[in-house]
Amino acid sequence: MSAPPIDEAAPAARPADTADDARARRRAPSTLAVAWRLARKDLAIEYRTRSAFFASLTFSIIGVAIFYFVWDPTAVRAIDVAPGVLWTIFAFASLLGLHRAFAIELQTRAMDALLLAPVSREALFLGKAIANLVYVSAVLAITIPVAVLFYNLPIGTGLVVLAGIGVLAAIGMVSVGTLFSSMTVHTRFAELLLPMLALPFFIPVVVPAAQASARLLLGRPVSEVADWLQLLAAFDVIFFTACLLLFPLTIED
Amino acid sequence: MALSPGSGPGYRSRAMPLRASLTPDHRPSPVVAVDALGRRYGVRRALGDVSLAVHAGECLALFGPNGAGKTTLLRSLAGLLRPSSGEVRLHGERLPGTPATRARVGLLSHHSMLYDALTVRENVAFAAALHGMGDEDPAIDATLARLDLAARALVPVRALSRGWQQRTSIARAIVHGPSLVLLDEPYTGLDVAGARALTALLRTLRDEGRALVLVTHDVNEGLELATHAAVLVDGRLVLHEPVAARDASAFADRYRRLTLGEAA
Repeated sequence: MSAPPIDEAAPAARPADTADDARARRRAPSTLAVAWRLARKDLAIEYRTRSAFFASLTFSIIGVAIFYFVWDPTAVRAIDVAPGVLWTIFAFASLLGLHRAFAIELQTRAMDALLLAPVSREALFLGKAIANLVYVSAVLAITIPVAVLFYNLPIGTGLVVLAGIGVLAAIGMVSVGTLFSSMTVHTRFAELLLPMLALPFFIPVVVPAAQASARLLLGRPVSEVADWLQLLAAFDVIFFTACLLLFPLTIED
Repeated sequence: MALSPGSGPGYRSRAMPLRASLTPDHRPSPVVAVDALGRRYGVRRALGDVSLAVHAGECLALFGPNGAGKTTLLRSLAGLLRPSSGEVRLHGERLPGTPATRARVGLLSHHSMLYDALTVRENVAFAAALHGMGDEDPAIDATLARLDLAARALVPVRALSRGWQQRTSIARAIVHGPSLVLLDEPYTGLDVAGARALTALLRTLRDEGRALVLVTHDVNEGLELATHAAVLVDGRLVLHEPVAARDASAFADRYRRLTLGEAA
């Protein structure tokens, strides 16, 4: 700390009496308000650093390109291979950013400030999950058109449904990824441990997403994939609820 | 240009702590009370049978060699670590307590606890928001002004020197008006002017009626603020007494004897 020192003329911001009064008047912020504030903070950091987003995006585009160049169009139709490629790449690309969710809280031990604040642990999970969902959806929003272009997929109105499937899949992945990111961030091999723990739980999300999108790309009606979508939504509910309830156990001493 | 006790509108005599509830014997109840606190990490004992109390308007300077358990004690006082035995009570409520209880603690760690990509104001406003304060709460700008940070409010933390980051950390820790301020090695990385400024600020906080617990290696800096001094060695409190005379050299001699086992 260098000169000038603290301004003597500056008034005390909160003498203890007024600070006590102010604190008593203040209501603890609601869970949703805290979650949204935390998500805004995380997204602002990601927007300014762009490290995780660009890493995930680069991985996605290169992954789609590699699969494209090793694909033999005379042996397998594009429509058969593209959904699997898309969802496999999406699952791995998501993991690159999910690790960062809690890593940014540990760099300077900012997590301690979150734990000291009068906010529910569920609000912290929700905030991280919202930020992760926006980030993962942004990666997906670019990866889907890239896959459509590379594989020349016949897509029209199905794009909206495909985007909807993407959001549903992202909710499940983000729930699991946020929980495991919190669990593994304190470990020495967090970046290795997170995929090992999270990927098995991604399978119930990736399979219905890939099945539903494959049928849509074949031109089948949405009603034909309703079962897959219901299954995907059910896993979302289960994973989100379980992760929300388990999250406080991962951050308490 | 350091703050002196009684110079600001927030001044209150240490003899008259604010809002201090009285116990039946008319002694103010402590802000934080530790009773037979023990903490283990596996088989290793980090703290054993530590008991102390800090009242409003008091500053406890906590000394000890590396690994003595100072940081563990501070984190226990904050409610971030659960005791293996004993208890910590903040305003009479056993920690970790309710969210409202946690809100009365301000922690300045030797880590900055800041987000490098955010500006000074964004960091302080985010901390304030977690305590239910709005982004435009006047306390945010008042706290920045108090720490002479107003001119740097829009500067990203990563662009600041260690000293200015430390000021931002202090602003983050006190913006919500905590009644207990915990400071872990707050002088680390500060130059002489910065250390003097920090001492002036902490003295003001103490004189406002807040309770301070200050962990430091520097006996002179610690005793400049302290109303009480304590020494931790191997997780045990070997000395805890009021600081009557500000004789740092005599205390330093005792501290050396306690920690190094030197002959008197």
